[in-house]
Amino acid sequence: MKRREFLGKSAAVALPALISGYAVKALHQNSPLVQALMGGSTDTDHVLVIIQLSGGNDGLNMVIPISTYSLYNAARTNIAIPENRILPLNGYANTGLHPSMTGLQTMYNEAKLKVIQGVGYPQPNFSHFRATDIWMTASNSNQEVYTGWAGRYLNYEYPNFPTGYPNANAPDPVAIQIGSTATLTTQGPSVNMAMSITSATSFYQLINGTNDPVPATKAGKELSYVRNVAKQTQQYGSTITAAAARVTTQNPYPSNNSLADQLKIVARLIKGGLKTRVYMVSFGGFDTHSLQTTVADTTVGGHATLLGKVSDAIKAFQDDLIFLQIEERVVGLTYSEFGRRVKSNSSVGTDHGAAAPMFVFGKAVEGGVLGDNPIIQPVATVNDNVPMQYDFRSIYSTLLEKWFCLPKTTVQGLFPPTVNNQLQDLPLIKGNTCKTPAPPSTSGVNYITNSPNPFTDKTEIKFSTAGGHTLIQIIDTAGRLIINLLEKEYLTATNDTITFDASHLPTGIYYARFQNGTTQQVRPMLKVR
Amino acid sequence: MHRRDFLTVGKARKKIVAQAATSDSVSPARTLSGINPYTGTWGTNEVIHLLKRTMFGAKKADVDYFGNLTMNQAVDELLNPTASNPAPPVKEYTTSTQPGTPDANIAQGSTWVNDINNDGTVQSQRTSSYKKWWTGTMINQDRSIKEKMIFLWTDHFGNQANEVGVGNWTYKQHTTIRQNCLGNFKQLVRDITIDLSMLRYLNGYLNTAAAPDENYGRELQELFTMGKGPDSKYTEQDVKEAAKVLTGWQINGNTYQTVFTSSRHSPVNKTFSAFYNNTVITGRTGATAGDLELNDLMNMLFAQPEVAKFIVRKFYRWFIYYDIDAATEVNVITPLADIFRTNNYNILPVLSALFKSEHFYDVLNQSCIIKTPADVVIGSIREYAVAMPLASDWNTSYGHWNTLYLYMLIMGLDLHDPPNVAGMPAYYQEPLFHEIWITTDSLPKRNQFTDVMTNSGFSRNGFRMQFDFVAYAKTLSNPGNPNDLIDEALKYLYRMTLSPQVKQQMKTQMLLSGQQYDYYWTNAWSAYIASPTTANFNIVNIRIRDLFRYLMNLSEYQLS
Repeated sequence: MKRREFLGKSAAVALPALISGYAVKALHQNSPLVQALMGGSTDTDHVLVIIQLSGGNDGLNMVIPISTYSLYNAARTNIAIPENRILPLNGYANTGLHPSMTGLQTMYNEAKLKVIQGVGYPQPNFSHFRATDIWMTASNSNQEVYTGWAGRYLNYEYPNFPTGYPNANAPDPVAIQIGSTATLTTQGPSVNMAMSITSATSFYQLINGTNDPVPATKAGKELSYVRNVAKQTQQYGSTITAAAARVTTQNPYPSNNSLADQLKIVARLIKGGLKTRVYMVSFGGFDTHSLQTTVADTTVGGHATLLGKVSDAIKAFQDDLIFLQIEERVVGLTYSEFGRRVKSNSSVGTDHGAAAPMFVFGKAVEGGVLGDNPIIQPVATVNDNVPMQYDFRSIYSTLLEKWFCLPKTTVQGLFPPTVNNQLQDLPLIKGNTCKTPAPPSTSGVNYITNSPNPFTDKTEIKFSTAGGHTLIQIIDTAGRLIINLLEKEYLTATNDTITFDASHLPTGIYYARFQNGTTQQVRPMLKVR
Repeated sequence: MHRRDFLTVGKARKKIVAQAATSDSVSPARTLSGINPYTGTWGTNEVIHLLKRTMFGAKKADVDYFGNLTMNQAVDELLNPTASNPAPPVKEYTTSTQPGTPDANIAQGSTWVNDINNDGTVQSQRTSSYKKWWTGTMINQDRSIKEKMIFLWTDHFGNQANEVGVGNWTYKQHTTIRQNCLGNFKQLVRDITIDLSMLRYLNGYLNTAAAPDENYGRELQELFTMGKGPDSKYTEQDVKEAAKVLTGWQINGNTYQTVFTSSRHSPVNKTFSAFYNNTVITGRTGATAGDLELNDLMNMLFAQPEVAKFIVRKFYRWFIYYDIDAATEVNVITPLADIFRTNNYNILPVLSALFKSEHFYDVLNQSCIIKTPADVVIGSIREYAVAMPLASDWNTSYGHWNTLYLYMLIMGLDLHDPPNVAGMPAYYQEPLFHEIWITTDSLPKRNQFTDVMTNSGFSRNGFRMQFDFVAYAKTLSNPGNPNDLIDEALKYLYRMTLSPQVKQQMKTQMLLSGQQYDYYWTNAWSAYIASPTTANFNIVNIRIRDLFRYLMNLSEYQLS
């Protein structure tokens, strides 16, 4: 049921609940007053599931370039997936998936999986902790932000939380984190917006009312007492228990797969009727510095197991959503704090890197691959990183606008001022979800070129903008943003040029990243002596 | 005022809501240990147990200090404070600007305790000022049991400062208790009997020969000395006769002194029941009548063995556990009461025997007290060594003390203002006792306090009062190792152990942000130590903050 309907139906039965002292019953549900009292909360029953892959996932072995396979193979021979084992994608010959990801291959072929290439941010940070914080806060690399991107969104939708919650509009937790502590992602300006369900175990305790054993001592008696009170004070404990109890049958999930365990809970709670918008789950172990694959067979080993579990869990989750008839309501995404280096190391592993692919999945998702295969140099060096094609905040902002149906200006207000007019509308969600999105990007067109190339000091960059906000960034091979060469609003479609002066820069490869509306393109440029 | 009025009219009396939660699923193991001197291990665990019970929280510096002493030395030092009395409360409130402004004599920042002022608003402000000040003295406690004993005796005598309405008198009662809290209990009762606040609160000042007021005569026996134990068999006649003994005491509102007015005193002989061996207190006249008869009354009361037992049971419920079974009565209460009596009601020998006993250190008596709001609020401020404003900055100091006082208030503890003269229900209300502290209302407020102190703290005049777990971790022995960090934090904060699985989960989810290698925490910590930039600080702070916030939200944290 949609929330507006919920409100309407409640009102029809002489709702005693008051919103800020006004009886809802007395007012038409679409009246401006009701709208105002609801604090600008957007009408949607959409749910976003955020899957964190902790440790820094090696995106290059997950979404594998086929069109540039020889470069890929040369850069990481000891861990490269054999070309004939790469899972192909229907209608997209350039790229394939890791052989353990058959579930996601199926979802791609059913147009329920979007692959976004090269997602990152300028000035990538290679520390797990700092990079995780950047992804969770959506801050700039050099900026300290103390709230999470989803926390800011939820705070906009549910102002003053937790004061006055739960209420008729928001009877359920506004976000749920499966894990013992709410993460920075949902940290709002004053409190964390998420309710944590400590673990799958405690979740079932919540539902079944069982208790951890306590020692048969005085201390145990008092601990048991405090725990009982604590359970009663779980504001949402009873609603979660009730929601879970409404779902008695689910589609099968794989065993020995903690991500699947968590997603199973999420599906159960969504089907059970919780109006919770955001769910967060996490899955760790991606820090594959060594023995990422076995030596004998690069298609098996630690990373293959992880990717297999991710694929199996998401596929089982999607099948369960179909079974539970809630497939239309749910979109998920995967992210990791960074990708890994292009070149593998001698320990049969990969070290901390920069940009990496993201998955966005669900029935409402517009399938396909967004962006190009990562640029890999013929002789990859140890510091080579996958260059950024899409800023991760554009994925967040697109989902907020196209999936949670927020006005663009509101979305922009949730991001750092320095990037909020650089946010791109990306073709992630099907057009009929909120409103018609911008047309998808075309391929085979050169939006940005440069000449001469190679060059010694300066090169002239030519680009074609369709009008509107246009951005050209210069990025080095390690992923660092050298300069925003151009950031400008064009009134009409224009072919323009700008000179890149690299006289103060060392020789080597630089990427010119062009961004205009939904379009982005990366142009490699070589500076020589 | 009459306590019975409270009970019937319900004025200012907080209802004790019966908890839906039951805790009878576990049958607590009992212990037969008694008051023989403890000779077992004297390690960090025992030091922390002793400090958490006798002070507000076990501050690491204190644990280290007492850990270098023997048990006997540690207990002796705790019981023999040497610090001088704290500076008295100051005028930190704003005087009314109405014409004829009261309280203009005292400058802001100067103490009001010697200034006589009978304006109700001013005295209400002073009462409030006193409560903030007391909060501050608890935070600044020395390495002794003194502040907890003041807390205990203030509760024992159960005066409601707001009802008394005169901040000067409440402060004076506080100093009387402070003076005697580790001294002689008989003297303390005698002093409190003719204390201004008590005379006002239980109507002693209205008690005359012509119209005796039995209020104090009753509570003196029922609540302050004899109690309601099975062997306490004073009679209604004893209440009436005690009231007559106490006639004639008054309050001089111009000097804030207790005065005895012999013309109001009942000169007749007072005859007590068989419970008091039919004692007759000779009726007297003249200026000394009140004092002399009060001495006789004290001697009669304290001749009863029940007094010692009643008070020792109170100590037991404050320092060990609320449930006193038959074995404890025989093995602990009775021998401690004997010590109390044979030492003429000097308090120290009893506490010394208690805190040096094998019963006190019995593992079954550890971790079983539910923290009071003061243990949560004051204890956490002290345990994390939260930086507080300089004493000279009275405005900021009182502001922050007020914040803490108000948090204790919403958790169910109003300092010097119990629900009624019986004191805080946690120490007498069967069968829940300490469990009364924890309700569906108060528990979230405990969590809220630790959450807010973790996330943002409180700012006043630019001074932020906040938990700083990074600074705290620096005082631990090996904070760069996430396992050691968690183990050591738990050692100081908890009285119960957590399973390895839970600790592993906390480490991975909080300190490691889901990473599988410990060295990521180690590296982040080392980077911060080497270069304490904002960025490096935030990286460790975000994670360590999550860990400690979580630790303080688990039920185990509520036990002491």
